[in-house]
Amino acid sequence: MATEHFDAIVVGAGPAGSAAAYTMAKAGLSVVLIERGEFPGAKNIFGGVIYRKQLEDIIPEFWKEAPLEREVVEQRLWLLGDQSVVTLGHRNEAFKDPNNCWTGLRVKFDQWFASKAEQAGALNIYETVVTELIREGNKVVGVRTDREEGDLYANVVVVADGVNSLLGKSLGVHREWQPDEVSLAVKEVIAMPKEKIMDRFNLEGNEGVTIEFVGNTLGMAGLGFLYTNQDTLSFGVGVMVSDLKKKRVKPYELLESVKQHPMLRRLLQGGETKEYAGHLIPEGGYHSIPPLSGDGWVICGDAAQLVNFVHREGTNLAMTSGRFAAEAIIQAHTKGDFSRVGLSLYDRLVRESFVHKDLKKYKGLHNFLRDSDPTLMFDKLPRALNDAAYQMLLVDGVPKAEKQRMAMRGITDAAGGLMNLVKLGAQGWRAMNG
Amino acid sequence: MSSIAEKLYTIRYKVDENSHLVIKDQEVCLHCVTKECQDFCPADVYHWVEKEQMTSVAFENCIECGTCRIGCPTYNIQWVYPKGGHGITYKFG
Repeated sequence: MATEHFDAIVVGAGPAGSAAAYTMAKAGLSVVLIERGEFPGAKNIFGGVIYRKQLEDIIPEFWKEAPLEREVVEQRLWLLGDQSVVTLGHRNEAFKDPNNCWTGLRVKFDQWFASKAEQAGALNIYETVVTELIREGNKVVGVRTDREEGDLYANVVVVADGVNSLLGKSLGVHREWQPDEVSLAVKEVIAMPKEKIMDRFNLEGNEGVTIEFVGNTLGMAGLGFLYTNQDTLSFGVGVMVSDLKKKRVKPYELLESVKQHPMLRRLLQGGETKEYAGHLIPEGGYHSIPPLSGDGWVICGDAAQLVNFVHREGTNLAMTSGRFAAEAIIQAHTKGDFSRVGLSLYDRLVRESFVHKDLKKYKGLHNFLRDSDPTLMFDKLPRALNDAAYQMLLVDGVPKAEKQRMAMRGITDAAGGLMNLVKLGAQGWRAMNG
Repeated sequence: MSSIAEKLYTIRYKVDENSHLVIKDQEVCLHCVTKECQDFCPADVYHWVEKEQMTSVAFENCIECGTCRIGCPTYNIQWVYPKGGHGITYKFG
């Protein structure tokens, strides 16, 4: 193993790494794909949505063979009060054929995706940790693994080692993430008979639904989710690590407390928890994106903070960044130039795509959330909105004009006055449209 | 309502003999006011043992999320991945 030399080494067989390995192997490059788990996906979780467009760009008609769960035809957003909910949502037959997105489970999906890279000619190596990058001067020339005589050499290393990205840190391209740049999500996969899922969520055939909920996270900045799979539900909640630290709440106790909400309890009851899991989500946004390439290396996916948390998009950004990295490496291979300049096509492709543009659009949001009071956005306002809806719909002889005044006052009071509410709205709008 | 022990029981572990999580300096823990690692860890890995005046590390429970790496107020936890093929293996993910 010690003297082997490859065109490219990919570290991490998640969506970014497998997309890069597949694209390069298909173009005839010699590629090794290294994964620390027993198999790809062994260490990986997500909420659970896989989007069509970005994977289709890599593997046309992948849905005919990929292990997917349900076709998402409806997306709901719930604003929770203590024992109430204000619901928003959209369901549309147009989301079918071709499907917009599917729910999924990573153990099956990541194994499939990595196997596609292997079939295309990549050499997949599992149960192997890359402990460091081997450098000659400033140039990355290979990786050191925890295998005996486990040094591997290549013209380029694709760093796709996930949210913790110890390799990215060793490169010095990004400093350590701050507790407000990541959220901790805890999740359970809950088994439930198919018919029960279809009845409870109003589904036919292979249709699926996603629910995200805000509120009831004990005043921490965060979001919960409930997604329908074939015969399981993916249920979880993610909160900003800085808030978790302040509140001194155990993440699994938060999960259990959210489960008790009357709306969620009814959907979950009778289910059996098959798996508990936890993972960090990079949520630093635009300003946390590190330089994407250098001499002999590129960085992709979660490792580069490429997550659009507003739209809970992550795997699609990872796949696209992996594909772009591969395309740049293929060009560098043709030119025989693997320097920062030779790989700069990667930066350009990312910059010109939705990946960069979407993160740029929301570039102010991270600071907005960091600097605003999480109890306001994630507790008081959802609660006030619920109270307002309750008052407006309660028929108790109080005149409607009076009710409307009370409802409005409740919302403005929650925000600390009308001026603050207007300011908050303006700041929020700017943060989302940078 | 399931306990954390029951939750962790759903995950398959292949435990290494050596801990991949090491407290750099127990003296730092002794002077840590919040000892918040006891709360934010989703797998109850860290526990302050009053009698021994030290943070115990149940690394065999670790789900490899990295929260402690970022969350420890003094960055007093040396965090690496478990040896290749060791640690957690999810069934669903």
